[in-house]
Amino acid sequence: MQKEKSWFGKLVENYGLPRMIITLFLLLLLVLCPFVGADLPTQISNIIARFSWNGILVLAMVPMVHSGCGLNFGLPLGIISGLLGATLSIEFGFTGPLSFLAAIAIATPFALIFGTGYGWLLNRIKGGEMMIATYVGFSSVSLMCMMWLILPYHSPNMVWGLSGKGLRTTITLEGYYNQVLANFLKIKIGNFVIPTGSLLFFALLALCIWAFLHTKTGTAMTAVGSNPVFARAAGINVDRIRLLSVIMSTWLAAIGILVYEQGFGFIQLYMAPFYMALPAVSAILIGGATVNKATILNVIIGTILFQGIVTMTPTVMNNIIHTDMSEVIRIIASNGMILYALTRKTEGSK
Amino acid sequence: MSSMNEPLLEMKNISKDFFGNSVLSDINLTLREGEVIGLVGENGAGKSTLMRILFGSTMIHETGGYGGQVILNGKEVHFSSPFDAIAAGIGMVHQEFSLIPGFTTTENILLNREPVKKNLVSDIFGDRLNTLNRAEMDKRASEAIRLMGVDIDKKMVISNMPVGHKQFTEIARELSKEQLRLLILDEPTAVLTEREAEALLASIRGMAERGIAIIFITHRLQEILSVCNRVVVMRDGVVVKDTPADQTDVQQITKWMVGREVAGKAETSVRSHEGAKDILSIEKLWVDMPGETVRNVNLTVKEGEILGIGGLAGQGKLGIPNGIMGLYQAGGRVVFEGKEIPLNAPRKCLDASFAFVSEDRRGVGLLLDESLEWNIAFPAMQIQNKYLKKYLGGLVKWRDEKAIREVTEKYIGELAIRCTSSKQKARELSGGNQQKVCLAKAFALNPRLLFVSEPTRGIDVGAKALVLEALRRFNRESGVTIVMVSSELEELRQSCDRIAIVSGGRIAGILPANASVEDLGELMLSQVK
Repeated sequence: MQKEKSWFGKLVENYGLPRMIITLFLLLLLVLCPFVGADLPTQISNIIARFSWNGILVLAMVPMVHSGCGLNFGLPLGIISGLLGATLSIEFGFTGPLSFLAAIAIATPFALIFGTGYGWLLNRIKGGEMMIATYVGFSSVSLMCMMWLILPYHSPNMVWGLSGKGLRTTITLEGYYNQVLANFLKIKIGNFVIPTGSLLFFALLALCIWAFLHTKTGTAMTAVGSNPVFARAAGINVDRIRLLSVIMSTWLAAIGILVYEQGFGFIQLYMAPFYMALPAVSAILIGGATVNKATILNVIIGTILFQGIVTMTPTVMNNIIHTDMSEVIRIIASNGMILYALTRKTEGSK
Repeated sequence: MSSMNEPLLEMKNISKDFFGNSVLSDINLTLREGEVIGLVGENGAGKSTLMRILFGSTMIHETGGYGGQVILNGKEVHFSSPFDAIAAGIGMVHQEFSLIPGFTTTENILLNREPVKKNLVSDIFGDRLNTLNRAEMDKRASEAIRLMGVDIDKKMVISNMPVGHKQFTEIARELSKEQLRLLILDEPTAVLTEREAEALLASIRGMAERGIAIIFITHRLQEILSVCNRVVVMRDGVVVKDTPADQTDVQQITKWMVGREVAGKAETSVRSHEGAKDILSIEKLWVDMPGETVRNVNLTVKEGEILGIGGLAGQGKLGIPNGIMGLYQAGGRVVFEGKEIPLNAPRKCLDASFAFVSEDRRGVGLLLDESLEWNIAFPAMQIQNKYLKKYLGGLVKWRDEKAIREVTEKYIGELAIRCTSSKQKARELSGGNQQKVCLAKAFALNPRLLFVSEPTRGIDVGAKALVLEALRRFNRESGVTIVMVSSELEELRQSCDRIAIVSGGRIAGILPANASVEDLGELMLSQVK
């Protein structure tokens, strides 16, 4: 009885309609690029650079999606661990590439502790994870807004100039780990730049996650997400696996923000972590993931598409219509994508 | 008013199949005004489906409608929803309560049919804002309660009531509908105490005297005999007996319910394991499984046998494997090969080489969105570290896709699982094939003791035979002890060596599988509460 679908119908089904629309839109922007006077190599370099900044933050979504905890709207919690690592590393006087390693080393215990508490909380409210995660994100950001002022930081590079205490909203990484990954094996041809080190670092972590999902524990994690009762009947400690996924997610977010900072060149404190969760969530959804299925490929495609639109719209659209539409389009794309994904809990695309 | 000679309800040649799986065939039933008929049959005999057809359940339409005619008051009717049935004067009291806990008896009885009066606001904004006429509501509720003949407090809030009174509230609600001509009671006494049940029976007699026809479904046969004019016995989707209630007795009805006309089929090789050692002993087991409470079970399983556990629905037979495997809160002592197995810890049972095929295939048994490979290999991989490649001195346990595919293909072949490939998602298989996947999953664990719960529920006849055969072969060839829980007595008699019957959360008795159906049936009903 089933009607034979046209090749186009099949393509849409396999690739997903929203992903298709966004891909076409991005291609359109790239085609328009030379006509509005923008330099194509620069634009593409921009997309690659932004991909390298954001990739790991998007990757942080994967473990929690696999274990059935849904999308990690509590990403700011992990980001805060990363920020603590970054600021403490500077405070302790590390400089240059060493400060990056120190930041990772210091951020890790924070991520483990915060992740454990967060995971413990999520295990108590099964079924409402994403809602609670959102509020965990909100409240942790607000709490840290106070803490950044109160904590006894002294490094002159970070505190407010006049009072001599309390951290500034933006801290430059010049002299610390600015571009530390990006400059490693950097390829530069004219205006076309590839931050090889950042990409390799992302690839390394992505490979680790991919490999983890192929191990016994990783398999258990996917099964817990797919059907927790089945997993329990197979002797899996469901709560422990979920806790593990939340810790992994939080740690990846901490590392992710450090990588973001080394590319961006600044540490952003106070409300900044607040704005990191939604772009990461929508990126993985654009990549074809759903609330309960996500692959590494979803992460890569999604980050490229999302960041592509974010970087391309200001240059192209603003030249065409002479108003700042980029922000509007970014918000429509990211929030619309999240809304779309939450309304349909179906299987993800490959 | 129709005369006594003309039946109120006639169901002619009713048949129904679910996707080619026939559940009712050629059912004929007549019912006169003021007549009470008792409808009995084992679980799955087709009682509920028949009542759903009569009550216009949408589920019947969604699955392709039914064959035959339903004639009410001499006119053929086609109910497309319960609302049509209610409008035509049919009321139904379900096993599960449909009451609002925070509302009083009166409010529940008259819900959405409340008498109203106009007020200023409703004059402007329409009838939806009319005020409830409390005095009139009280009067109508009292009238319904009086009709029922059992006194219940009409101001009490439902959540504060004992279950019996909730049941009576439901009945009163049906009675308060003026057009009510025919009332279906689906196991109304299952939750009542003895006194309440007697009150209900008296009320049934009273309602019948007022000319309401009643279809009474129950497992308590004594009640049927004491209140009904006629007994209708169903088995395997056909009416096997339709007889006046005063011309029969409990034994006879039991025999009709469980007996089969197909002779010579039940006599299979029943083996005695008299000398075998006890592989599992269960002492004072209780399990808090909703709807299947186990109260106090003592049972020993002999090595190498197939032990059947039978009983009526809700008596606790399903609770036994679910409790032992740690899926529901349980207590008591379970000793396997001389070692005590801790309860409420699924992993411990699995480590002791138990395996369990759950009755809830889609909920517990399968990863619906994953491939067959995952479904079959997962428990063995997690519990016994099978199908893993170890690297870095066992630190990294990598999934061995090749071994997983091999074992999956082996079971696809052995159990004749019909699928497109071992990568197909479990969701896409038919019920019978899903059940085979569940079996394969358990077989892959190489258990010493296998619990199988309702292995043939909801699967067609062909797959049924295959599943039972696979279980028997597994028992004979691998020497695995099997405990098989099933609602279908005939299936237990075919496959098992001994059958334990659970009634009222306890073991009512254990008989060899070739015992007569009458004896087994009697045990089933012995402690029904």
